[in-house]
Amino acid sequence: MRNRRGFFALPYVVWMALFVVAPIILVVVYAFSAAEGGFVIQFGSLTLHLTLDNFAKMGDYLIVFTRSFELAIIATLLCLLIGYPLAYVLARETAGVQRVAMMLIMLPMWMNFLLRTYSWMSILEDTGLLNQLFSAVGIIDLGNWINSGLNSLCAALNSGPVALLNDLLGTQWALDTARATDMEFFHMINTSGAVVLGMVYNYLPFMVLPIYSVIVKLDDSLIEAARDLGAGTSRVFRKVIFPLSLPGVLSGITMVFVPSVSTFAISKLLGGSNELLLGDLIEMQFTGMAYNPYLGSAIALVMMVIVVVCMAIMNRFGEGEEQAVML
Amino acid sequence: MRTKTSPLNRLFMALVFFFLYAPIFVLIVFSFNDSKSRTVWQGFTLDWYSELLQDSSIMSALSTTLLVSLLATLIATVAGLFAAIGFYNMKRRLRAPLMTVNNIPMTNADIVTGVSLCLLFVAFFGLWGSVAEWFNGVQSVITLPENLHMGFGTLLIAHITFDIPYVILSIMPKLRQMDRNLVDAAQDLGCTWMQAFWKVVLPEIKPGIVSGMLIAFTMSVDDFVISYFTAGSATSTLAMVVYGMTKRRISPKINAVSTLLFVTVLLLLIIVNVREARQEKAIKKTAEVRR
Repeated sequence: MRNRRGFFALPYVVWMALFVVAPIILVVVYAFSAAEGGFVIQFGSLTLHLTLDNFAKMGDYLIVFTRSFELAIIATLLCLLIGYPLAYVLARETAGVQRVAMMLIMLPMWMNFLLRTYSWMSILEDTGLLNQLFSAVGIIDLGNWINSGLNSLCAALNSGPVALLNDLLGTQWALDTARATDMEFFHMINTSGAVVLGMVYNYLPFMVLPIYSVIVKLDDSLIEAARDLGAGTSRVFRKVIFPLSLPGVLSGITMVFVPSVSTFAISKLLGGSNELLLGDLIEMQFTGMAYNPYLGSAIALVMMVIVVVCMAIMNRFGEGEEQAVML
Repeated sequence: MRTKTSPLNRLFMALVFFFLYAPIFVLIVFSFNDSKSRTVWQGFTLDWYSELLQDSSIMSALSTTLLVSLLATLIATVAGLFAAIGFYNMKRRLRAPLMTVNNIPMTNADIVTGVSLCLLFVAFFGLWGSVAEWFNGVQSVITLPENLHMGFGTLLIAHITFDIPYVILSIMPKLRQMDRNLVDAAQDLGCTWMQAFWKVVLPEIKPGIVSGMLIAFTMSVDDFVISYFTAGSATSTLAMVVYGMTKRRISPKINAVSTLLFVTVLLLLIIVNVREARQEKAIKKTAEVRR
C-alpha cells in the first residue's frame, strides 16, 4: 500500500478546508471589518466593510489582556511545579500503581469540567466547606488573633519609631492598624486566587500526562551510564533526565497555558464578575448584550497571535522539538 | 526507569490525588443532602435522584451530551482511520503541511475554535437563506427551508472536527511502527488490498484506534466551550445547563447527575481494567506452560 492510497485522506482534507481553515479565515476577515463604514468591497450580494477600527479599540482592553496572561502564567507555573514531580514520582512506581494512577488522573476528565468547577464554588464560598472547616479547627480565630497582634504592633511602631522618622523627615508615614479582627470567614471565592486554583485544578492532568509519557520511556541505561561516570542523583537529574523530558514539559506548558489564557467559564464561576478575562470578553461580543462579532474576532485574533509568538519563542529554546506529545 | 519510592513521594502523590478528588467527593456527598444547600449537611435523602428523572431539561441535556459524544467518536474514529492511512501513504512534502493543519484544532484555544465555527455556520446559513429564497422563487416542486439554525447538526460537526485530530494523532505512530513489508507479503501471498488491510494492518494498529477513540470520547464529554458556541439556543449539553444555572441557583439535581456519570465511568473503567489484567495473566500462564 505504498503511495497509492494517499487519496484516502481526501475527504478529511476537504473537511479540514471547510471546518478548520475556512473558519479561521473568517475570523481574520471579521477582525478587519465592521458592520458599517470603512472601505467597502462588494462581492455580489455580500458586502464587506474593511476597517482597522477594531484594533484601535484594543488599547481599552489592555488591562484584561495583562490580567489574563498574568493569571495563565501563574497557573501554568503552578501546574509545572506540581505536575513535574508527580509525573517523575509516578514514572518510578511499579506498573500496577502506574496504571491505577493514570486512570485516576484521566477519570475526572470524564465528568465535564464545569461540574468539577461548580463543586469548587461550594468549597470556597464565604459560608462554604473550607471556611466551615477553618472555623471548626480555629484557623479563623487564629487569623483574627494574628491580625490584632499585628495591629497593636503597628500601633506601637506608629507612636514610636515611625513618628520619630516622620518628625525627622517631615513625612506622614503610618503603618496599617485597621486589619480586620472580627473575621467570620476568609474571603476566597470571586478572587483571582480562586480563578488560578480553578485553572490549576482543571488543567493539571494536561501537564502530568505528557511529562509522564516522556519520562516513563527514558532509557534506563542512560541514567546508569551517567551514574557509572560518577554523577550524583541531582546531577543525573539536571544533566540527563530533565533535558530529555523537555519535549514533554514544553507540550505540557502549551496544553495548560492555551486553555488557561482563553478560559471564560472558570472565571465566571470562581472569579465572579470582577475578574473579567479575555475569554469572557470574547464571549460577551458573541452572545452578550454588546453583540459585536467583529470586535470579538479581533480580540481572538490578537490573543491567538500573542500565544503563537510565545509558543514559537519557547519552542526555539527547546531546540525546536516539535514532537507534540499529546496525552 | 524504576527505583525505590520513598514514603515522602507517596505522601506527595496522595496529596495531589486528594486535591483532584476532593471536589468530586463533595459533589457526590451533597447529591444525597436533604436540603437545597450545597454547603450545609441536613441528612440523607434520595429525593434529588427521583427529581432528576422527572427533570426533562436535564435529562434531555444528558442524552444530547451522550448522543453527540458517541456519534462524534464513532464518525471521528472511522474518518480519522481513513485520513491516517491516507496521510501515511502520502509523500512527506504533502503530508507535513496537512499534519500542521490537522494540529490546529488541538493547539488552538477552544474559544477561538468555537467562535470561528460559529461565524462559519452563521455565514453559511445566511448564504443558504438567499440561495433557498432564489430557488424557491424559480420553481415550486421542491421547497427548501429558508431559515436554518444552529442545533444538533452543527454541534455534531464541531465535535467531529475537534475529535478527528486526536484519533489521527494516536493512529499515526502505530502505522509508522508497522513493518511495511507485512502488507506486501500478504499481497504476494494472494490477499487483495482490502484483505491485507483487514487481516494485517487493522490488528497491528488496533491499540492506536482504541486509544484514539477513548481520547475522542473524553474530549467530547469534557467539552463545554466549543459546544456553547455551536449548539444554538434550542440544543444544550449538560455543561450548558449547568452554566445556565450558575446565573441563578444550581439545583442539587446537578450533583445527582454528576454522581451517576462518575459512578458509571468508574465502573466501566474498573471492568475494562480487571478484564485486561486477567487477559495478561492468562497470556503469561500460557507462556509459562509452553515453556
